[in-house]
Amino acid sequence: MSKKTPAVDIAEATRLEMYRSQYRLREAEQRAFDLFLQNLVKGTSHLSLGQEAIAAGFATAMKPGDLTFCTYRGHAHTLARGVSVEKVLGELMSRDNGLMRGKGGSMHLTSVEHGVMGSYAIIGAHLCIACGSAWRAQYQGAQDVTTCFFGDGTTNIGAFHEALNFAVIWKLPVVFVCENNLYMEYTPIKDVTAVPQPAADRASAYGLERILIDGNDADVVYQTAQKAYARARAGEGPSLIECLTYRHSGHSRADPAKYRPEGELEEWKKSDPVKTYRARLLSAGVKASVLDAIEQEVKKEVDAAEVACKAAPPPPADLMFTDVYADGGCAWRN
Amino acid sequence: MAELTYRDAVARAIAQEMERDPNVVLLGEDVAKAGGVFKATVGLYEKFGPKRVKDTPISEQAFMGAAMGAAMTGLIPIVDLMFADFAAVCWDFFANEFPKSRYMTNGQVKCPLVIRLANGSARFGAQHCQSVENWCMMIPGLKVVVPSSPVDVVGLLAASVRDPDPVIFLEHKSLYAVKGEVPDGEIIDTIGTAKTLRPGKDATILALALMVPRALAAAERLKAESGIDCEVIDLRSLLPLDTRTILESVSRTGRLFTVEENPRLCGWGAEVVSIVADEAFYDLDGPPVRITTPHIPLPPAELEDLLIPSVDRIVETVRRTMSA
Ligand SMILES: Cc1ncc(C[n+]2csc(CCOP(=O)(O)OP(=O)(O)O)c2C)c(N)n1
Ligand SMILES: [Mg+2]
Repeated sequence: MSKKTPAVDIAEATRLEMYRSQYRLREAEQRAFDLFLQNLVKGTSHLSLGQEAIAAGFATAMKPGDLTFCTYRGHAHTLARGVSVEKVLGELMSRDNGLMRGKGGSMHLTSVEHGVMGSYAIIGAHLCIACGSAWRAQYQGAQDVTTCFFGDGTTNIGAFHEALNFAVIWKLPVVFVCENNLYMEYTPIKDVTAVPQPAADRASAYGLERILIDGNDADVVYQTAQKAYARARAGEGPSLIECLTYRHSGHSRADPAKYRPEGELEEWKKSDPVKTYRARLLSAGVKASVLDAIEQEVKKEVDAAEVACKAAPPPPADLMFTDVYADGGCAWRN
Repeated sequence: MAELTYRDAVARAIAQEMERDPNVVLLGEDVAKAGGVFKATVGLYEKFGPKRVKDTPISEQAFMGAAMGAAMTGLIPIVDLMFADFAAVCWDFFANEFPKSRYMTNGQVKCPLVIRLANGSARFGAQHCQSVENWCMMIPGLKVVVPSSPVDVVGLLAASVRDPDPVIFLEHKSLYAVKGEVPDGEIIDTIGTAKTLRPGKDATILALALMVPRALAAAERLKAESGIDCEVIDLRSLLPLDTRTILESVSRTGRLFTVEENPRLCGWGAEVVSIVADEAFYDLDGPPVRITTPHIPLPPAELEDLLIPSVDRIVETVRRTMSA
C-alpha cells in the first residue's frame, strides 16, 4: 500500500463533491449519535464515523443505475447514493417519514430508486446476493455494476469464499469492497485470521489481483473504484478491494470500545478522512470559503432533517401487517 | 393427454415457463449437462442453452444468494437444491433473506424465485431423507408448495414460477418414478388450494406428497374391509393453507386424521389440529389424531419403512379410533 498522496488527476468539481459527501456522512452520523443520546433512537445502530472516504469515494465513482449492497453499518453508503438525511434519521427514529417507514430500521436501509438494494445484517449473505444482481446485469446485457461493501470480520465466513469463487467463475460485474476497520465486533481481526490482510491476502486464492489501499484517502478510493468499474463494465469480471480504515466510535451505538489499546484511536484520528481531505483541498488551492459554504449547506440539511424527524408521527400500527407477501398483506390462510 | 412421470413433469413445467418468459433461469449443482441428480431437468440444457440453464459449484449459499439477487433485480430463478436436507447449510436464505426482504424494505424489494427441494423418505438415512416441510412452514414470507402427482407438479410448479413471492417447492424423492395422466398444452394451477381426492362422510384424512397415495389406498381398504367412508384431502400447499376446505370437510365428517411424514413435533398437522380445535371444536365427534413419523432421526434402507406412516398404519389407526 502506498501512503503517499497520488498525483491527482481528479477534476476539482469531483473532489468538491467527495468532500461534500464525506462531510455530510460525518454530520449525519454524528447527529444520529446525538439523537441516540437524547433517547430518540430506540433500536440499534452502527455508525461509520471515520470510514467516510470509502463510501464517498465509491459512490462518486458509480454511475446512475449502479447498485449498492451494504451491511448493517450502512448509513454512510445509503446517504452517499443520494438518499436524504431526513429519510435515514427518520428510519432510525421509527418515524413514518423514515426510508422504510420504520419497518426495517437502521440495519436494513434500502432505497431501490437510488440503487441502494439493501443493508444486510447476517454476515456474508449479501456477497452472494450481490453476485445475483451482477449476474442479472450480465444476463440482460445491462451496463450497471454491483458494489458490495462488508467488513474485515466478514472474510472469515464461508459465504465470502463461496461468493468470490462464484463471481470469478461466472465473470460477474461485481466489486467486493472490504472495509478493514481492524475489528469485527470487539475482537481484533488479526487475532482470528490466518493472514495479515483479511481480504487482500485471500485474493490470489481466487485468481484475483491483490488490492490493498488507504481507505481514509477519498482520492485513492475513487481512483481504485474507477478502475474496478471499468474492468467490470468491460466484461473482465469481479474485483476484491481491501480498504484500510478505522471506526472512531464503538461497534454499535452503546459500545464504548474499551477493548482498543490506548492511543490507537488518537493515532488514527491523525488520518481522519474528512479533516485530511479538507486540508488537501486547501493546499491544492481551493478557497476556504468554498468549503465553508459546503459545510453550511450540509449542516442546514441535517438540522432540517432533525426538526422534521422530531415532528414526524410514528407509522400507523396497521403498517406492520403489510408487505409480508406481494399482495400487500400477511395472510397465510383463507 | 400424455402419461408422464413425476420427474418428467418437473422438466415439462420448467420448459413451459422458460418458453413463456425469457427471464426464467434454472441453476443448481448438476442441473445442466447431467440433467439433475434425480434426472428431473433432463433436456432443458439442450433446449435452452448454457446461458439459461446453469451448473453451479457446491456453494449452496452462493447460488441461493445469486438467485435472490437476480430475483430482486429482474430475473425469475428456479433453483435446484438437490436433497432437501441441504437447506440447513443455506438456511439463512430461507429464514432471513428471501422472506424478509419485501417486509423490511416496506415493499421496495421483491423476491420472485422458486427453490426446488427433493424432500422426504427414500432410504438414504438420517441426512438425506428428512421431510422439511415443517421447517419451511414456520417462516412468514415464504410460500410452501408440496405436489403429490405429475399433473400437480406441472400446474403448481408453473404457478410457483409466476408467483411474485419466494416459493419453496418440495418434490418427493419417492414419487419421481410415479406416472400419471397429464393433459397437453399449458397447465397452470392455483397455489393455496387443497384438493379433495376422495369424497367421504365418516372421517377426513389430510395428507401431503407421498402420504397422499397411502391415504387413498388406506381409504379404499377402510371402505372395503370396515365400511368406513373416508374423505381424503391433498393439502398441496402449507403456506398459504387452505383452511376453508379443511374446516368444511371436518364439519361434515366430524373426524380428523392427519398423515404426516415429518417427525412428530411441530409437524403441519399440529397447526391444523389447533385451527380445527379453535374453529370447529363442536363439529368434532372425537379427538383429532395425528399419524406421523416418530420424533427420531431416520435410519437408512428398509428400517426406514418401519417408521414412515404406511397404508397399514393408517388403516389400523383410523379403524381403532373410529371403533373406540
Ligand atoms: C452470521 C453472523 N454472525 C455473527 C453476527 C454478529 N455480528 C454482527 S456485526 C459483527 C462483526 C462484523 O465485523 P466486520 O465484518 O469487520 O464489520 P464491521 O462491524 O467492522 O463493519 C458480528 C460478529 C452476524 N450478524 N451474523
Ligand atoms: Mg470490522
